Amino acid sequence: MKLLYLIVPLAPLFGAIVAGLFSKAVGRAGAHSITILGVAISFLAALAVLFDVMNGRSFNGDIYTWLESGGLKLSIGFLIDPLTAVMMVVVTFVSLMVHIYTIGYMAHDEENWPADSKAGTNSYQRFFAYISLFTFSMLMLVMSNNFVQLFFGWEAVGLVSYLLIGFWATRPTAVYANLKAFLVNRVGDFGFLLGIGLVAAYAGSLDYAAVFGKAKDLAAITEATTGWPLATAICIGLFVGAMGKSAQFPLHVWLPDSMEGPTPISALIHAATMVTAGIFMVSRMSPLFELSDTALSFVIVVGAITTLFMALIAIVQTDIKRVVAYSTLSQLGYMTMALGASAYSVAIFHLMTHAFFKAVLFLGAGSVIIAMHHEQDMRKMGGLRKYMPITYATVLIGAIANAGLPPFAGFFSKDSVIEAVHLANVPGAGFAYFCALAAVFVGGLYSFRLVFFAFHGKERFRDAHHDEHGHATHHDEHGHHGAHGSHEPHESPKVVTVPLILLSIPAIASGWLIGSLLYGNWFGDAIFFAEAHPAMAHMKEAFHGVFGMMAHGVTTLPFWLAISGAALAWFLYIKRPDLPAVLREKFALPVKILENKYGLDDFNQWFFANGACGIGRSLWKAGDQAVIDGVAVNGSAKLIGWFAGVVRLIQSGHLYQYAFSMIIGVFVLLTLWMNRV
Amino acid sequence: MSSLLSLAIWIPIFGAFVVFACGEQKKLARWTALAVAFAGFAITLPLYIGFDPAQAGMQFVEQRPWIPLLNIEYLLGVDGISVLFILLNSFVTILVVIAGWEVIEDKVAQYMGAFLIMSGLMNGIFCALDAVLFYVFFEASLIPMYIIIGVWGGPNRVYAAFKFFLYTLLGSLLMLIALIWLYLSSGGSFNLLEWHQLRIDMTPQILLFLAFLVAFAVKVPMWPVHTWLPDAHVEAPTGGSVVLAAIMLKLGAYGFLRFSLPIAPDASHTLAPLMITLSLIAVIYIGFVALVQADMKKLIAYSSISHMGFVTLGFFIFNQLGIEGALVQMVSHGFVSAAMFLCVGVMYDRLHSRQIADYGGVMHRMPKFAGFFVLFAMANAGLPATSGFVGEFMVALGAIKFNFWVGFAAATTLVLGAAYTLWMVKRVVYGPVGNSHVAELADISHREFLFLALLALCVLAMGVYPFPFTEVMHASVDNLLKHVAVSKL
Repeated sequence: MKLLYLIVPLAPLFGAIVAGLFSKAVGRAGAHSITILGVAISFLAALAVLFDVMNGRSFNGDIYTWLESGGLKLSIGFLIDPLTAVMMVVVTFVSLMVHIYTIGYMAHDEENWPADSKAGTNSYQRFFAYISLFTFSMLMLVMSNNFVQLFFGWEAVGLVSYLLIGFWATRPTAVYANLKAFLVNRVGDFGFLLGIGLVAAYAGSLDYAAVFGKAKDLAAITEATTGWPLATAICIGLFVGAMGKSAQFPLHVWLPDSMEGPTPISALIHAATMVTAGIFMVSRMSPLFELSDTALSFVIVVGAITTLFMALIAIVQTDIKRVVAYSTLSQLGYMTMALGASAYSVAIFHLMTHAFFKAVLFLGAGSVIIAMHHEQDMRKMGGLRKYMPITYATVLIGAIANAGLPPFAGFFSKDSVIEAVHLANVPGAGFAYFCALAAVFVGGLYSFRLVFFAFHGKERFRDAHHDEHGHATHHDEHGHHGAHGSHEPHESPKVVTVPLILLSIPAIASGWLIGSLLYGNWFGDAIFFAEAHPAMAHMKEAFHGVFGMMAHGVTTLPFWLAISGAALAWFLYIKRPDLPAVLREKFALPVKILENKYGLDDFNQWFFANGACGIGRSLWKAGDQAVIDGVAVNGSAKLIGWFAGVVRLIQSGHLYQYAFSMIIGVFVLLTLWMNRV
Repeated sequence: MSSLLSLAIWIPIFGAFVVFACGEQKKLARWTALAVAFAGFAITLPLYIGFDPAQAGMQFVEQRPWIPLLNIEYLLGVDGISVLFILLNSFVTILVVIAGWEVIEDKVAQYMGAFLIMSGLMNGIFCALDAVLFYVFFEASLIPMYIIIGVWGGPNRVYAAFKFFLYTLLGSLLMLIALIWLYLSSGGSFNLLEWHQLRIDMTPQILLFLAFLVAFAVKVPMWPVHTWLPDAHVEAPTGGSVVLAAIMLKLGAYGFLRFSLPIAPDASHTLAPLMITLSLIAVIYIGFVALVQADMKKLIAYSSISHMGFVTLGFFIFNQLGIEGALVQMVSHGFVSAAMFLCVGVMYDRLHSRQIADYGGVMHRMPKFAGFFVLFAMANAGLPATSGFVGEFMVALGAIKFNFWVGFAAATTLVLGAAYTLWMVKRVVYGPVGNSHVAELADISHREFLFLALLALCVLAMGVYPFPFTEVMHASVDNLLKHVAVSKL
C-alpha cells in the first residue's frame, strides 16, 4: 500500500534527477520522455489512490523520522484522505498536460539564449527537470501528514517557482521577478513559521492528527508572552503564509511579475497548483481555523479585497498573460473568501475547477504567443480565431468558465462561493459579499475582453511589425520564424492543442461533480466546520441537483452580472472598438491608478527594498565603521605600524616555520622543566 | 585506554613537519599533505562509529599527568557536543588541501603544513578537558591563522591580521585570569569536569561569565566585537576563509557550552537576556549590513556572523531544541560557509576580483558552477532539505517556545537571509554576461567539482536526514540542561 503512495511523488523526482543531472546523456527526447513517463505513472498511481479512497481506504503513517529533539518527533509521512486524493489527481493531471504541452512550447528554446551561452545548450532538458521537480515538491506538500513536511513542500515549490520565473536568465526583468517572488513569499513564510512554532510550542507535536486532536484545548489557551488568544495567533500566522503562496493582497505583488517565466509554468505553478497551496493548507487546517472567528474574519476580508481589486486591474492590462494572471488573483480571492466563510470544501471545489479552466486559459494564451512569435501584447493581435480555431475554442471555454456561466465548471464553484459568503456570519462577510458580486461583473468583462480583443476584430498583427523600433530587434532574435517567410499566425502543433482539448473537458464538466463533492460528504472527516458556521449546512438544504442549480442560477444576480460584464466587453471591443480609447482618456486618473497597480510596486520598492538598503548602509557606515572600528579598534592604530614590522619580518623568510617549531619546542621544554622535580 | 583522540590531534601536527620536509618539491608536498589529511580524517571515523549516543559523559577519555607540580593533566575526551566538530574539522582539512592544490604556487609545503597544524590544534581544543591544555591549544591555533593571513593574504593583510590579533588579545588575557581564579578556588585543579561541580557565589559567577564572554564572543563573533571577521576573510586566502568560517568560529560557541554554561549556570540565567539581545542584534543588524556589501567575501562573512547569532541564541534559551538546533547550525554552517567561500574562491581564481559588480551572467559560462552556487546559496538562505534549514528551524521553534517575540525577531532571518544571499546570486550568476572577462570564464575543473560535490552531498544529506546528527547529541545536551538548571549558589 505504502509503495503506491511512494510511487506518486518519487516517479516525477526520478525523472527530474535523470533529466537534470544527465541532460547531455539523455538528450532532449530522452529528457521529455522520461519526465513525461514519470508524471504519467504518478498520475495513474494517483488515480488508483483516488479509487482506493473512494472505497473508504484512508492512510495516515510515517515513512521515516526526520528529526527528534526536545520531545518533538518530526517525521516524513503521508496522510491520504479524500482531500489529499483530489489534490493529487488535479496536480498530476495538470502537470502531465503541461509536460506534454512543453514539448511544443519549448521546442525552439535555444533561440531564447545567447549563442555562446553554455546554459542554453541544455535548457530544454533543464526545463523538464524543473517542472518534474516541482511536481514532486507539490505532491509532497499535499500528501504530508505533518507541518514540517508541509513546510518542506511549501518552500520547495517556492524554490522551483524561483528557478522557473528566472528561467530565461538573460532577461533582467525575469531575474528581478524571481527574486521578488522569492522574497515576498518569504515574508509569508515568516508568518507561517511563527504559526508552526506556536503549534509546536503549545500542542507539543507537529503531526496533524495529534494537533487537531488537541484543537479544543488550544482554543482555551492564551499565548503566554503576547496575551493573544492562541488559536487566533496560530491561524493568522498560518494564513500569512497562505497570503504569500496564494498571492493575497498585499502579498500578491509577485504573481503578475512571475509571468516573466515561460507560459507552461504560468499554467502549472502560477495558476493551477502552487498558488493554490495556501488554499489547500487552510482547508487542511480547518479544525484550527474553526476555532477563531477573528482569523476567519481576517481571511474573508483579505480574500474580498483581492477578488475585487485584482479583477479591476485585469481590465486595463494589454499583455495577454497578465490579464490571465490578474484573473488568477481574483479567483484565488474567491477561494480565500470561501475559506473565510467556513466553506472549505467549496474553496477546494473552486480550486479544482479553476485549476482546469485557468490552465486552459494560460496554455491557450501560450499557444497564441507561439503563433505570434513571442508577442504578448493584445494590441498587436486581433482576429486570431480564423487562424487558430482550436486555440480559440478552448480559450473561449476557459473564458466562459472563468466568468462563471452555466453549464461550465466555473459557474458551479463560483456560485457556491458567492452563496457561502452570502450565508457567512463572521464580521466582514457583508463587505465580502459585495466584493464577490462586483467581481462577477468585472470577471465577465475582463474574460470576454480577452477573447474579443485577441481573437476577434481587426487583424492588428498585420501592421504591428512595421511600426515599432523595438519590435525589429525582437524580430531578429527570432529569425528562425522569420525564415518561414510568413507572418500569418497558424494553429499550434498537436502537442500543444491536444493538452488544451484534454484540459477543456474538465473545464466544462468538472463542475457537475458538485453534488457528490460538496453535498455528498465526500470530504468526510478531512474537513471540519463548527456548528456556529452553518453556511455549508444551509447550502446543502438548498441544493437540488446540477440542473436545479443551473435553473435557479439564471434567475439570480450573479448570473446577470456576469452576462452584463460579457455584454459590455462585446460592446466595447466588437461593436464600438473606438470606445476603449475614448474611455481611457475620459477616466485617465482611475486608469492610471489601475495601470500602476494602486502604486503598490512603487511603494514596496521605495519603502522595503530601498529602505532595507538604507538601513543596512547606515548601520554599516555608522555602526561598524565609525563607532566600532573608528573609536574602539583604530584608536590603537599606532600599534599597527609596529605590528607591520613584525609581520614583514615573518614574510621575509621561512621564519614562521621556526615559529611553529618554537611553539612545539617550548611545549616540550616546559613539560620537561616542570616535571624535573 | 584508547588513544584515538591523541592520534586525531598529533597525526596532522607531526604530518605537517613531514610536509615541511618536502621543501620546494611542490608535488610531493601536496600529495603528502593530502595523505596526512586523509589519515587525520580516517582516525576520526572510529570516534563516530564507536561513540555510544546513550552515554552522556565523556568518552574515549585519555588521562595522563603532564605537569604534576601544578596538577596539570593531559586530559582528553569527547561527548555528544564535541564529537561532531572533530569530524567536521578533519573533513574540512581535506577540502582545504584539495582547494589549495593548484592555486597556491608560493611556499606550498608551508601553506599545507600550516593548515595541518591548525587542524590538529583545533581537534585539541574540542577534546581538551584540562583547562591549561585547552588554553594552550586555543591560543596556539591562532598562530597558524595569523600566518596564513599574513603570508598568503591579500594586499591589506597586515591590517587584517593585526585587527584579528588585537581583538583576541584582550579576550585571552581575561580568560587566563578566569582560569587561574578557578584553579585557586577549586583547590588546585585544572580539570574542567571538576570545575563543573564547583560551588561559586553569584558575583564571581558573573565576573567569570563576563571574562569568558569576552574571550568567546570575539571568536564567535558576536556583535559588537565582530568587525575583525569581514577584514580577516577579505584578506585571507580561500583556504584560510574556509577554516576560519567552518571551524574557528565554532570555537567560541563551543567555549560557551564547555565553560560558561556549566561553570556559571546562575550567571548564565541572569545574563541570558543580554546574550539573547546580542544574538538578535547579530541576526538582524548584521543581516541588514550584509545586504549592502559589494564584496562577496564580506557579504558571506557578515552572513556568517548573522548565522552564528542563531547559535548563541539557541544556547541561551535553555531548551533542548535551542541547544541542539544551535549545534546542528554550527555543523551545517561548517558545510555551507565553507562551500560559499570555496565558490567565491573558484571565481576569484579566474577573475581576481571579489566585487559583485565585476560579475554577472556567470551561469552562461559556468553552468555547473552556477548549479552548485545556487544550491549553496539556498542552503545559506535556510531552504528546507538543505542543512541550513535544520538548525535555524530548531532554534526558531525553541525561541518561539521560549518567548514569542524572541522567535519573531529571529524568524526575520527568513526574509533577510534570503534577501542578501539571493540578491548576490542574482547579480553574479543570472542576467546577461556582465563583461568581457566573464565571457572568457571556464567552467569548474574536476578538482573543483570534487570538493563542491562533496559539500553538496553533505548539505543535502544533513537536510534530508538530520536524525543521525542529532542522535549523538541528545544525552549530552540533556545532561547539560539538567546541570544548568541546578543552582550552584
